[in-house]
Amino acid sequence: MSAVSVEERRHWMGVLARAGAGRIRERLGAVPPLPAHVRLRGPEIGLSMLRGRAGGDGAPFNLGEMTVTRCAVRLEDGTVGHAYLAGRDLPGAELAAVLDAALQDPARRPGLMDAVVTPLAAEQAEAKASMARKAAATRVRFLTMANMR
Amino acid sequence: MYVAVKGGEAAIAHAHAWLAEERRGDAAVPEIGTDQIGGQLTLAVDRVMAEGSCYDPGLAALAIKQARGDLIEAVFLLRAYRTTLPRFGATLPLDTGAMRLRRRVSATYKDLPGGQVLGPTFDYTHRLLDFALAAEGHVPSEAPEADPGEDAACPRVTAMLADEGLMAPEEASDVEPGDLTRTPLSFPAGRPLRLQNLARADEGFLLSMAYSTQRGYGNNHPFVGEIRQGEVTVEILPPELGFAIEIGDITVTECQMVNQFHGSRTEPPQFTRGYGLVLGRTERRAMSMALVDRALRAEELGEEITAPAQDEEFVLSHSDNVEATGFLEHLKLPHYVDFQSELEAVRAMRAAAAPEAARETLREAAE
Repeated sequence: MSAVSVEERRHWMGVLARAGAGRIRERLGAVPPLPAHVRLRGPEIGLSMLRGRAGGDGAPFNLGEMTVTRCAVRLEDGTVGHAYLAGRDLPGAELAAVLDAALQDPARRPGLMDAVVTPLAAEQAEAKASMARKAAATRVRFLTMANMR
Repeated sequence: MYVAVKGGEAAIAHAHAWLAEERRGDAAVPEIGTDQIGGQLTLAVDRVMAEGSCYDPGLAALAIKQARGDLIEAVFLLRAYRTTLPRFGATLPLDTGAMRLRRRVSATYKDLPGGQVLGPTFDYTHRLLDFALAAEGHVPSEAPEADPGEDAACPRVTAMLADEGLMAPEEASDVEPGDLTRTPLSFPAGRPLRLQNLARADEGFLLSMAYSTQRGYGNNHPFVGEIRQGEVTVEILPPELGFAIEIGDITVTECQMVNQFHGSRTEPPQFTRGYGLVLGRTERRAMSMALVDRALRAEELGEEITAPAQDEEFVLSHSDNVEATGFLEHLKLPHYVDFQSELEAVRAMRAAAAPEAARETLREAAE
């Protein structure tokens, strides 16, 4: 196992989980083929129970479930990759799991980060920023009535 | 009592074939796609996800198509589907304070940090039918954008009141909540189970219960402290990893109702809150949930229980539209034997009453 920080791995797993199979495949054309893998579990679809907190910051409660797809794979060198993503996307989960394993290899990581993870993260950040800009345009600017004294 | 009745297979098959034909409608009109339902009937999808208690817009859209737009039938389909899936565990509690906001309004403070953000709301529309939408090919202009500024933080209104000591704090807790999909409800249920029940309750029922509190059946003079709608990040902590990961974002609506509380022997006068958190952009539902949540806290806050909305057993037992529909619709099942016995009983009573009535008439005539 290579030295990879939890924070780095959290980052790419979060980006890959949001990307979906289609977007990931588009980016894979620019990198060498992914290493061979065997499936350890899945890809499979199940449910996670969403939790909220009473009052937003109190005791947890069960809000309702959501569909989740997960997959675990192993590369020939023994590295294990995991993926969990919101929704139902079997190929997306498998690709994300293989990439999670491949990204743990220091030799492959820079290329995969530059060609796959970083551009996907930028797309996702732009989608968020676009929503924030639209919301900002609906922020109310109150006009204070002039005091006629 | 129900009896096994054979027969009717052909009639049932033909009824289903007709149902499929009716669902499709006029074949000369293009078929509606689930992507169209998911993309254009978003609030119907949100309602089905909330009441189906399963966040998956694609499945909800399919359920709506299959149910011919009958949303309760669609909720039923989604609930039935979820029973076929394994449970991978629970997510970490959502951090709604970190929500990426589409909308955020407060009725208690005009100027508050982060401001009033209207978002894509029906509020302030004139509710006049827009016949331009009846014509196809209508492309709306792009929504204007503005600089969000220095990533304006939006503190919770309830936290602002709590800082002044004027808001009853929520109990800080990480107790594993009960799950009514695993264990049947029993009473008293407690607040976590109440919130789970309300989050998936029928919107019409919730609205009516909330409205009843406003009209005086369980008085809880409410203010909308804050409504926020937007995206929250979902995190899980898979045991095989040992650290939390983000699996995506979902859209939720949260409502914090602020209610006056006169204090009790142990508590000073302060504000208390009713809380609503729902899947999707279902604001009416979040507001209703918050009012009903506050009403159901009557016992905890030492208030007199006088109204249906304050009665935990009444509210929680009648809020679920799949359960309610099931019990209602079972009346359509054959009750032939039951009814036969009732029929005989009524005939026997009439037969017993008839000679007596005849004698009575004779006596009256004689006098």
